Amino acid sequence: MDLYFPIAEMSINVLLLLALGGGVGMLSGMFGVGGGFLMTPLLIFIGVPPAVAVGTEANQVVAASVSGALAHWRRGNVDFKMGFILLIGGFVGSSFGVWIFTKLRALGYIDIVISLCFVTFLGIVGGLMVAEGARSWIRSRSPGSAPKKKLHQHTWMHGLPFKMRFRRSKLYISALLPLSIGIFVGVLSAIMGVGGGFIMVPAMIYLLGMPTSVVVGTSLFQIIFVTANVTFLQSVNNQTVDVLLALVLVVSSVVGAQIGTAFGSKLKSEQLRALLGILVLAVGCKVGFDLIVTPAHLFSFAVSGGH
Amino acid sequence: MTSIKRLLSAFLMVSFAPASALASALVVDLSSNQIEITTNFTGTNLLLFGAIDRKGDVVVVVRGPRRTEVVRRKERVAGIWINRAAVTFESVPGYNFVASSRPLEQIASEETLQRLQIGSERLRLQPVGSANSALASSFRKGLIDLKKRKALYTDMPGNVSIRSEKLFRADLNFPSNVPTGSYTAEIYHFDGGKPVSVNRTQLSVQKAGVEEAIYNYAHDHSAIYGIVAILIALFAGWLGGVIFRKA
Repeated sequence: MDLYFPIAEMSINVLLLLALGGGVGMLSGMFGVGGGFLMTPLLIFIGVPPAVAVGTEANQVVAASVSGALAHWRRGNVDFKMGFILLIGGFVGSSFGVWIFTKLRALGYIDIVISLCFVTFLGIVGGLMVAEGARSWIRSRSPGSAPKKKLHQHTWMHGLPFKMRFRRSKLYISALLPLSIGIFVGVLSAIMGVGGGFIMVPAMIYLLGMPTSVVVGTSLFQIIFVTANVTFLQSVNNQTVDVLLALVLVVSSVVGAQIGTAFGSKLKSEQLRALLGILVLAVGCKVGFDLIVTPAHLFSFAVSGGH
Repeated sequence: MTSIKRLLSAFLMVSFAPASALASALVVDLSSNQIEITTNFTGTNLLLFGAIDRKGDVVVVVRGPRRTEVVRRKERVAGIWINRAAVTFESVPGYNFVASSRPLEQIASEETLQRLQIGSERLRLQPVGSANSALASSFRKGLIDLKKRKALYTDMPGNVSIRSEKLFRADLNFPSNVPTGSYTAEIYHFDGGKPVSVNRTQLSVQKAGVEEAIYNYAHDHSAIYGIVAILIALFAGWLGGVIFRKA
C-alpha cells in the first residue's frame, strides 16, 4: 500500500515506513535513545530528499521526547535550571543551524553536509558503544578489576566565569559549559534532524559531571523545545517538514517503543548496547559508502525560484 | 463509457466535416483534462484519442510547466562526490512526453523536428548567463538523461496507434513524481514529412484533497504550519504516553 506524501512529493510504501518506524521505536524503547540519528539516514536510504528527511525527523523527535520527558518529570528527574541554560544554548544553536542549512541548500551542498555529519557522528557514537560493550563484557569476565574513578576531577573548566549553582544536579559550575553544549547540540539538531541526546547525554555525564539520574530527563526536556524550534524554522525557511510522514513515523515509533521497553527490561543490556553500536556503525558505513562510491548519475537538478 | 461516447462523437465529426483542401481536419480529445494527486497517487495514464481525415503520421507532444532549473555536477573531492559546477537553464519543461505512430526520424526531417522541438534531445534549453558552450551542452545532456531516468522525459515511438488510417489513440504516462501545474498536449498530423495540422489541448496536474491542503498550507502559511506541526507532535507524544501508561 503506497501513500503519497505532499512535502516529500513521492509515494512510499506505508508498510515499509511502519516497519522502519516500529523498528527504530523498538530500539529507542530498549536503549532509551531518541532514534532520530537512525531514522534520518534510513529515510534518506529509501529515497526521501535529505532536506525533507531532516525537517520531518525533527518534528517526529518532538513527539518521541514528550512522553519520556513527562515520565521523568513526574519522577522529579528533570533539572529545570540546567535544562533552561541548555535550552538557551539550544535555541541559539538550532536557529543558527537552520540558517546555515538554508544557505547550504541554496548552494546545493546540503545533502553532502548532512551525510558527512552522519558519517562522523554515527562513526564516533557507534564506535564508543561497541568499545564500551566490549570493555564491560571483559570486565564481567574478570570481576574486581574495574578502575576506581575520582568523584570530582578539577580541570580548566572549573576556572570559567559565570558560575551557577545547580541544586538538582548538585553542581557549582560555569553556566558557559551547559550553554556551549546546548549551542553545539542545537546546530547538530538543525542540520541532522536529531534530538542530539546521543551527544548531550555523554557530555552531561562526562563534561558537566551531572548525576546519571537526572541526565536523561533533563536532556529530553531540552530536546522537546529545541526540535520544536527546528520544526518551526525549517517550516518557515525551507518548507521541508512533512506532517503526514511525521505522523506515520510517530504512530509506529510510539508502538515500537512500548514493545522495546518491555523487551529491554528482560534482556542483558551490555551485549545489547554493543549490538546497537554495531547497527549504528553499519548505518554510518552505508552513508559513508554512498559518498565514496561513484554515483550512477553525476548530475542533479533543482527548481530555482518560487516553489 | 464517456470516453467511448467522446470517441464516437469525434469520429462522427470527422466523417461529416467538410473536407478542406489543404489543412487536414484533426480532432482530438483526452480521457481527462485533469490529473489529481491524491493520497494514493502512484502515477497515472491518460488516453488521448482522435481522428485524422487522411493517411499520415500522428505525433503527440505533452509538455509540463516550464521552470528555471539549476543543474549540478558531482565531482570527486578528497575521495567523496560533491556537487561542484552548476549551470542554470531557463524554461525547462518539468515534463516532456513524446509519442508517435512511427520512429520520429521516419516521420519528418531532422530540421523540422528541431524546429518544433519534438523529442527530448531536441528541446531548446537556454543556459542563463555566459556559460561556456561546451560545459553548457554537457550539462544539457546530463539534465535530459536524468529527466529520462526519472521518467519525466519519455520518447515512445510507435506508441500512437492508428486504425484504418483514421482513428488514433495514445496512452500518456504520468509517473508519481510528475510536477504540478498546467500542461499542453500538442498533436501533430504529419503527411509527407510536413505537419499538415496541429491541435493543442490543455490539461492540469494538481494536488488534491489532503495533499493539496497540506502542501498549500506549508507554502502559504508556513509559520502557522510549523506551529501546527509542533502541536500535533506534542499531542501525539502525550497521547502515546497516556495510552500505554494505562495499558
